[in-house]
Amino acid sequence: MNLEFTAEENAFRDEVREFIKNNYPDNIEGRGVQDELSPEDMTAWHKILGKKGWSVPAWPTEFGGTGWTPTQRYIWSEENARVNAVMPLPFGVAMVGPVIYTFGNDEQKEQHLPGIRDGSVWWCQGYSEPGAGSDLASLKTTAVRDGDDYIINGQKTWTTLAQHADWGFFLCRTDPDAAKPQQGISFILVDMKTPGIEVRPIKLIDGGHEVNEVWLTDVRVPASNLIGQENMGWTYAKFLLAHERSGIAGVARSKRGVEQLKDIAAKELLDGKPLVEDMGFARKISQLEIDLSALEITELRTLAGEQAGKGPGPESSLLKVKGTEIQQRLTELTLEAVGYYGTPDFRSFPEDGSNDFPIGPDYAHHAAPTYFNMRKTSIYGGSNEIQRNIITKMILGL
Amino acid sequence: MDFNFTDEQNMVRDGISRLIREQYDWDTRREVIASETGWRPELWAQLAELGMLAAPFSEEDGGFGGGATETMLIMEEFGKGLAIEPFIPSVVCAGGFLKYGGSAAQKEEYLAGIISGEMIFAFAYAEPRGRYDLADLQTTAKADGGDYVLNGHKAVVIGAPWATHFVVTARTAGDQRDRSGVSVFIVDKNADGVSLRDYGTVDGRRASEVYFENVKVAGDALIGEADNGLPLIEQVVDEATAAVCAEATGAMKVTNEMTLDYSRQRKQFGTPIGSFQVLQHRMADMLMEYEQSVSMSYLATIRLSEDVATRKEAVSSAKVRIGQAARFIGQNAIQTHGGMGMTDELAVGSYFKRLSIIEGEFGSVDHHMRRHIRLNAAA
Ligand SMILES: Cc1cc2nc3c(=O)[nH]c(=O)nc-3n(C[C@H](O)[C@H](O)[C@H](O)COP(=O)(O)OP(=O)(O)OC[C@H]3O[C@@H](n4cnc5c(N)ncnc54)[C@H](O)[C@@H]3O)c2cc1C
Repeated sequence: MNLEFTAEENAFRDEVREFIKNNYPDNIEGRGVQDELSPEDMTAWHKILGKKGWSVPAWPTEFGGTGWTPTQRYIWSEENARVNAVMPLPFGVAMVGPVIYTFGNDEQKEQHLPGIRDGSVWWCQGYSEPGAGSDLASLKTTAVRDGDDYIINGQKTWTTLAQHADWGFFLCRTDPDAAKPQQGISFILVDMKTPGIEVRPIKLIDGGHEVNEVWLTDVRVPASNLIGQENMGWTYAKFLLAHERSGIAGVARSKRGVEQLKDIAAKELLDGKPLVEDMGFARKISQLEIDLSALEITELRTLAGEQAGKGPGPESSLLKVKGTEIQQRLTELTLEAVGYYGTPDFRSFPEDGSNDFPIGPDYAHHAAPTYFNMRKTSIYGGSNEIQRNIITKMILGL
Repeated sequence: MDFNFTDEQNMVRDGISRLIREQYDWDTRREVIASETGWRPELWAQLAELGMLAAPFSEEDGGFGGGATETMLIMEEFGKGLAIEPFIPSVVCAGGFLKYGGSAAQKEEYLAGIISGEMIFAFAYAEPRGRYDLADLQTTAKADGGDYVLNGHKAVVIGAPWATHFVVTARTAGDQRDRSGVSVFIVDKNADGVSLRDYGTVDGRRASEVYFENVKVAGDALIGEADNGLPLIEQVVDEATAAVCAEATGAMKVTNEMTLDYSRQRKQFGTPIGSFQVLQHRMADMLMEYEQSVSMSYLATIRLSEDVATRKEAVSSAKVRIGQAARFIGQNAIQTHGGMGMTDELAVGSYFKRLSIIEGEFGSVDHHMRRHIRLNAAA
């Protein structure tokens, strides 16, 4: 047993570190809060990586993957997190891409995979509905076959960044009479410019606009946009959910978050001394770091299993639950650290650009909204209750 | 032992409860918060008319003979409706300074104005680098003949954009964190050298950075003793802390009710989510956290009038317990609502945000835990 990287792995790390240093776009360096980034900012790194051939490392090489080992992929995400890089959005690269290359036909692969790789096509995920969240299989949006088309009707919700999306992948009911709700669902690709689609913003508690309602009224899409077989969509959706495990825990990003928290706690004062020297606060930071190293090794053990050919399993639930708890804890401690300057709403600051009246330190401006916003992580991607149900059922066998 | 309220106190509670119910429906609150000034001066006038601004003052001071219990009852209702009015800064804080430290002339000049609602005070005490330490002051007041000259920067002064006056804490002697050498002043917002930078807060209120640049005030602007203001400040801030604890319990109560309601209505897997045992136990925990918080809010209120050490211990105990409960209830309310809890559309998100900010108001859990530890060590 050892945790050392091999010489090749170290060389690889140096290579990617150098590449990131030389190529990461200056104008988004150090910026991470989604809401402040323009759509161009959000895809800038993706496009650069696309040119380099590094935008879809986990894909099979025949579809443009890098052929990196899980360890190399781990190093890759670590190095990106070090600079707080704005990574390619998951909807194309980690979600619909793998479904298309696994279950799609040749035309679909040809049509869609290049745009996902190079970051030119923006995807959104149309799964959840007002009545179908944790119980996704109860979804009601219908797709009815009409000649060479499907006609889609229904409403999706919580659709992340659909306001910028060119395409969406939707779960629709194609057989309302199927014996079980999981049967009779199909996986359909939809051009978001198709008439009958209306995207309505949902404002979240942090004031940002990252999710939407997507209303579909008589939306006519070619039947050739169906992935795989009709009524088999649930299988593909489940494949997708289990597929992308690396990164689900967000370890690299949280490590970087701990460093930022320490920086803040070194600048903030308590009794005239740096907050980070206070035993009470220092203890909280240490606890967080300890939990994070446990998670890191757990993730590495999972990666090693994957390298040895073990398929994705329910341990990803553990990574999701513990990973999100740590991400949320980070935001709690950051809000605590900034004290009263967590209270001002930076969205309401005067916009005259004058610096004569700074309203607290810059690092405090996002502390509260980020804390509020990160509550989402234990809700989406299968809520943490649902993840515990999975562990109970699949691992404990209860 | 008696946990009942007097008829007068019940009348105060009923009065404020009705006002909040009638005037604080969800949509109105949202509109008001988004408006230019961010509040309704006419509602403040109504609070004055109903006698709410007079409730915690003795009859000699122009009030109705009430005290901390009245404040508690009012703030619980404020919490239920997420009322944003500056009751704590103006009535509890400035009113408290005048009540305990004001001269007859100061009471006559200012207390009457506070009670009638014509004067609105904000309490400018926190500083950019001082965290929750009331004595960690870089703002100075230098004696100049019979006057004082103030210089400094006060941080996140709640209600300042709506205020006509400030109560300001400043150092008149000693070093930055000394317990002695602190004094309390009344400053007119229009005084020369006072400037404000106004903004909204994440929980729907308004606040300002307040700057004092060679602001001259007369000697009679000093409240209480020169250089020995800290005990008075601590007493008033303890009262304000108890008040915000009461507000928290009101907000928790509504948050729990909304969560329970939602768990009954929301169906997944063909059944209300309230039928899942993990959510049932969570809501049972939320209820227990609420009940413990109410107990601590009562305790703090009752102990406000006792000796200093007893008062401080009770207030810090309450703020620790209630700060923890505020976080537990707020977070779990959102979690139980799922995606709906994340939206700006539902009230629960605003309750969560207010509870999150209350955690730090007048000292975080850590701050009050430290004070509790120090009190234990000194006992
Ligand atoms: C910011 C954000 C972005 C999102 N982005 C997308 C997106 O891009 N595309 C998309 O399709 N969806 C997206 N979602 C939706 C997300 O997947 C759902 O919110 C999630 O599945 C939970 O569903 P729900 O919100 O309906 O909550 P509900 O399912 O109603 O859950 C409410 C509560 O009940 C609990 N619960 C439910 N069932 C059980 C059970 N059996 N046992 C115990 N507890 C249970 C839940 O854990 C939760 O605490 C997003 C959500 C958010 C908040």
